[in-house]
Parts: sequence; C-alpha cells; structure tokens
Amino acid sequence: MGKTAHEIVTSDRFKALVRKKWNVSMILTALLFASYYGYILVVAYGKEFLSTKVGEFTNWGIILGVGCIVFAWILTAIYIVWANNVYDVEVDELKKSML
Amino acid sequence: MQSSLGQVNFTSIIFFLIFIAVTLYITYWAAKKTKTTKDYYAAGRSVSGFQNGVALAGDYMSAASFLGICGMTSLKGYDGMIYACGWLVGWPALMFLMAEPLRNLGKYTFADVVAFRLKQKPIRIAAAIGGILVLLTYATAQMVGAGNLIKLMFGLPYEVAEIIVGCVMLVYVLFGGMIATTWVQIIKACLLLGGVTVLLLIGMSHFDFNPGVLYGEVQKMYSVKMLNPGGLVTNPIDAISLGLALMLGLLGLPHILMRFYTVPDAKAARKSVMWATTFIGYFYCIIPIVGFMAAVLVTQSTISGVDKGGNMAAPLLAELLGGTPFMGFIAAVAFATILAVVSGLTLAAASALAHDLYLNVFKSGVATEAEQVKVAKRSTIIFGICAILIGILFKGQNVAYMVGLTFAIAASGPFPAIFLSIVWKRFTTAGAVSTIIVGSVSAVICIILSPTVWVDVFKNKEAIFPLRNPAIVTMTLAFIVAYVVSIMTPDPEAEAKFESEKVRCYLGVGAE
Repeated sequence: MGKTAHEIVTSDRFKALVRKKWNVSMILTALLFASYYGYILVVAYGKEFLSTKVGEFTNWGIILGVGCIVFAWILTAIYIVWANNVYDVEVDELKKSML
Repeated sequence: MQSSLGQVNFTSIIFFLIFIAVTLYITYWAAKKTKTTKDYYAAGRSVSGFQNGVALAGDYMSAASFLGICGMTSLKGYDGMIYACGWLVGWPALMFLMAEPLRNLGKYTFADVVAFRLKQKPIRIAAAIGGILVLLTYATAQMVGAGNLIKLMFGLPYEVAEIIVGCVMLVYVLFGGMIATTWVQIIKACLLLGGVTVLLLIGMSHFDFNPGVLYGEVQKMYSVKMLNPGGLVTNPIDAISLGLALMLGLLGLPHILMRFYTVPDAKAARKSVMWATTFIGYFYCIIPIVGFMAAVLVTQSTISGVDKGGNMAAPLLAELLGGTPFMGFIAAVAFATILAVVSGLTLAAASALAHDLYLNVFKSGVATEAEQVKVAKRSTIIFGICAILIGILFKGQNVAYMVGLTFAIAASGPFPAIFLSIVWKRFTTAGAVSTIIVGSVSAVICIILSPTVWVDVFKNKEAIFPLRNPAIVTMTLAFIVAYVVSIMTPDPEAEAKFESEKVRCYLGVGAE
C-alpha cells in the first residue's frame, strides 16, 4: 500500500538516505575548501616553495594551480558517480513504496 | 608590431553579422514555440543536461574573464593563474550543496525555493530586491566593459556600442525568451571555447606543444618572477574573503540558478553542472597559457601599449598568429560573449519582476498565462533600457569593483537564504527576509567603505572597512542574523510543511 509523505519522511530509510546525501556532500565540500583555501594559504605563506622548480622551468606553483582546478573537477565527478549509482537507486525504491 | 585593432575591421564585422543573423533566426524559431510562462522562463523544461551544461558555461564565461585573465597573465605572470582558479571552485560547491534541491523545489526563480514553506509576499519582495541588486551590479560591469571593449576592437563610439548590445539582446529575450537565450549561450560557448582552443593550438606550435618550453621562454625573456606568485595574495584574509565570494556567490546568482529550471529533472540538473564544470575548468586551465604565449610572442610592451590593463592580449595574439581575419573572429566572439551574458541577466531580472513581484505579490499568485507573459515582456524591456542607461551613465568610470560586489552580495544575501531554507527546519519568514536584506545591504555598504571603492574610486586616503571583498564578514553576519531572528520568531506552520518539502527536495516527488 502507498505511504504518505509523513510516513516516508519519518521512515528510517529516508532519514538514512538524507543523512548519507549530506555526509557525501559535506565531505566533498570540505575537501574542496581544504584544497582551494589550502592553495591560497600556500600562495600567501609558501611563495618560496611554489617557486621551486619541478622540471627545468615548470615550478610547484604552476602544478598546484592547475592541480587545484583538476582536483575540483574530480570531486564533482565523484559526486555524480555516487549520485547516479547509489542515491538515484535509493530514491527510485523509496518512490515506488509511495505508490 | 603594427596592429589594426580599433580600426574598422571587415572580417570581424562579417563574423559578427553572421552571428547576429544565426541568433536572430533562432530567436524567430524560438518565438513560435514560446507561448506560456514555462516556455518564456524555462524553455518548456525541454533543455537536456548536456545542452544546459554548455549554456551554463556560456552564461558564466564572460568577456571580462576571458580578456582580463589573459591580460593579467601576460603582464603579471603567475598571479593570473591564482585568479583563474577562483572562478572555477564555485561549481563543485553548487553541485554538492544545491543543484538537486534547487531543481526539485523551484519553478522559475530561486525565490520559489525560499518561499516554498514560508510566507509568499515578504519573501518574494526581499528575494526580488536581493536578486535585482545582484543583476544590476553585474549588468553594470558587463555593459561598461562592453562599451570599452567594442570601442577598442571595432572603433565604434561607446554610446553606439551600448545601444547595439542593448537592442540586440532585447530582441533575443523579448521574442525568444529562455529558448532563444539558451541557444545564444550555447553558440557563444562553442565559439569561445573553439576560438580559444584554436588560439592555443596555433600558439603552442611555436613552443613544440610543450608548456615547459613556453615557461622557459617566459623566464628567459622577462625574469623568473613571471612564473612565481607575486603580489596578488598579500593579505591572506582578503584572499580568502574574495575566494568565499567567488565560490559561494555563484550559488546566489539568479541568472545561473534560473538555468536549473530549464531541465526536466534533478538528474539532468546534476548532469548540467558536471558539463559546466568540465567546460569552465578547461577554459580556466588554458586561459593563463594563452596569456603567457601573448607575453612571449606579442611582448608586454605592445600589449600594454594598446591597453594598459592588458585586455587586448588575446586579440593581439590572434592577429599575430592568424592575421586580421583571426583577430576579427576573436573580437566578434568577445562581442557575442557580452551579448549572451547580458541576455541571461535580463531574463533573470524579468523573472524577478514579473514572476516574484507582479504575480506573487501584487496578484497573489493569480493571473492568466497571457497576462503573465505580457508582464514578463514588459519587465524585460524595463530592465533592458535600465542596462543601456546605466552603461551610458557609467561611461569612463572604474567599475572593476562591480564584479566583486556582485559576488559578495550574492554570497551574503540570496545564498544563505536558499541554503537555510533547504536544510534548516526552524528557518522562518522573518529570518529569511532579514537574512537577504541584511546580507545584501551590508555587502554593498562594506564594499563602498572598502579600499576598492573608498580609496581607488573616491580617492580617500584610508579605507574605513579593511577588506577589499567583504564576503567573509557579511556572509557570516547574514547567517547569524538568520539564526537569531528565526529563533526569536518561531513559525510552527513553516516547520510543519518541512516534511512535504523534504519529500519533494530529496525524492523529486511533485517537482514541476
């Protein structure tokens, strides 16, 4: 039999799903903050390190700058893979129980 | 190097006319499909995740960031890269914190989300004020930038440039609504990404396609300082505050948020952020490289000779590598970019005026479709004319602070209200209204008192507010106000509706 909105929201399964969604979101957001603001702080306090050459001319600054953008993209990709494979499946099952 | 920049350039005029012809034809086609408010504001929710991702990238990649970051890297070196990085990091945050709830809860504007379980009228008025403030400051920056760029590139008088941009943009939005605006964004994004890629490939052929060789040339020609961080981040608190504004301000930009309602569901919304992040990330990765190439091939003295700020680095590089036709193409792309961004802003402003204020405040949510579309079109004209007038009024003014201001307001006003309405059960109407107003107004006041305006524009000796971007203070203030006011004004009715909001927010049940 179909369930009401109240029954769904108070069900353990829904609560677990919402908790899981925010856990994933918050961990990824924390990683994003750590990487970006970490980069800014290294730029502020670690100019010497960033000026250290890695190759003949390339230095750590360039690698970390590009790395910051690539890392942000990877985090986004992790979220979408998780959401498509875990979150959406759970949502579909919960929605079916409402019908 | 002798440059033909600023003279009448036939190739660029031809490219520009082709762009106008194609986009006007699309507008004509879109006009026939645009009948209801759903078509006008949300393209009938028929845009795919991929298309919307490209359009979001189009909305976000402005001429100012394309030309500005190229110029900054070519003249100041590494610091351009730090700046580029900040422009991308908002997108993942938008994905993690808001993309799906936003799509599931809203209809046409972000105010729909905030007003979901709160009182319609006060929320709509506050949201419209915050939203219009964001859009107006952004439009000012874009319009003034547009006039200056077009003058530099085409030799057209400033006022003529403003009127052309304003009128063409009005035609798109007025007749084609969101369908035309979306396709203008898509075409513009493809042109911009394609143009920059070609510039990158031709340019890198001079450096064996090896960035290391390019950096080596930069170091030999100038000094190793070009490759090292310079003076951009002197005060880390300032840098973090600007970073917060750029990152979380994105989550409060009405014209970006509005794009989420053009896709059919939350899954497509998610997909569109992924594509947008991909294209924008690619763009900001290669823009600094183009800047470094311009420094080596065009040389800094030529770049700063044409424009002190370095804004013409990319067109000059294009001229050097592909002659006047290629420069004409890049100039036309920059023009198209401005047109597209202003169109997006105007449509968002029309939705705030017509959907939030007219329909939900004056008409209490009751009006026929035909009437709503009519009012939406009138609002479009009003905002369009305002944009042109502001552009002309601010001629010759230093508006560099306007973009920072836009993001600071968006991060301090709309963003806290939307986020709390999604996650916090005890958020109340009074809390939301005071958050938006206090956040937006304090951001404006702090920017005026900051070194950016108080010293750089008003020429006072010392700033009253120490930070160049106030977001770290004003956003915190907005969250504190939200908490205190909500606790003081408990709203059991809104709390009771939180359950049905949750079902729609997380499962998408009942989403429009």
